[in-house]
Amino acid sequence: MLLNQFLMLGAVLFCIGVYGVIVRKNAVLVLMSIELILNSVNINLLAFSLRNNSVDGHTFALYVIAVAAAEVGVGLAMVLLMYRNRRSVGLDELSEMKG
Amino acid sequence: MLASDVLVAQNVGFAIIAAIMVIGALRVVTTKNVVHAALWLVVVLAGAAAQYVLLAAEFVAITQIMVYIGAVMVLFLFGTMLTRARIGAEQDLNNKNGIIGLPIAVLLLATMLIALNDGFKSEKLPVDAPVVTTQQVSDQIFGPYLLPFWALSFVLLAAAIGAIVLARRD
Repeated sequence: MLLNQFLMLGAVLFCIGVYGVIVRKNAVLVLMSIELILNSVNINLLAFSLRNNSVDGHTFALYVIAVAAAEVGVGLAMVLLMYRNRRSVGLDELSEMKG
Repeated sequence: MLASDVLVAQNVGFAIIAAIMVIGALRVVTTKNVVHAALWLVVVLAGAAAQYVLLAAEFVAITQIMVYIGAVMVLFLFGTMLTRARIGAEQDLNNKNGIIGLPIAVLLLATMLIALNDGFKSEKLPVDAPVVTTQQVSDQIFGPYLLPFWALSFVLLAAAIGAIVLARRD
């Protein structure tokens, strides 16, 4: 197996995630796109871990998974709060800071 | 190149799983239905777990399945159902000027693919690498990476308390 095939898969997933973050308006879908980005990073970490014959990449992949779980918890709580206050989860309606 | 250097079964498996993952990821960012997006995300995450197994990372693969598919997806589905009672397709999921996302993503992808092709052209992964055992991973986490592990524990605790405080009705 080539190293590049895993790195390119990670790059494709990363770009799809970036596209989702830019295009989507629904906050839950933006969080899902962020999950795509974090997973592509994990694939890269594990590929380089296998290439360098070390275990460090595994450790960081596990930490990334834990941070992603925390991020989803807080993010969805914020989405819930936003829905309760505004009856909407559209991110472009949060425009109070616009001058 | 010896015939034993080419792992045919692994390469075919990689190609099939990668194709499924890319299709699933594209559906996540294009579908009109939030619940369908969550279910396509499950496909992508399961494919990622399979790729981790191909990369000799069993423990991370199992963790991926338990944490992502078990816990995070349930959170997503709860979030969807608590914020939108509607299950069917919706029209206003995308930004009005979101079309600029397409050239940005394509340019980013082109840059990354060119850079990867330059940097790691036909560099091979070791063929007979041993599977990384859970013992090795835990030796790393509870040895040199103990301090980040503690920090991460506090991050998770703070996130749990913060989520409860934010979502509580008072």
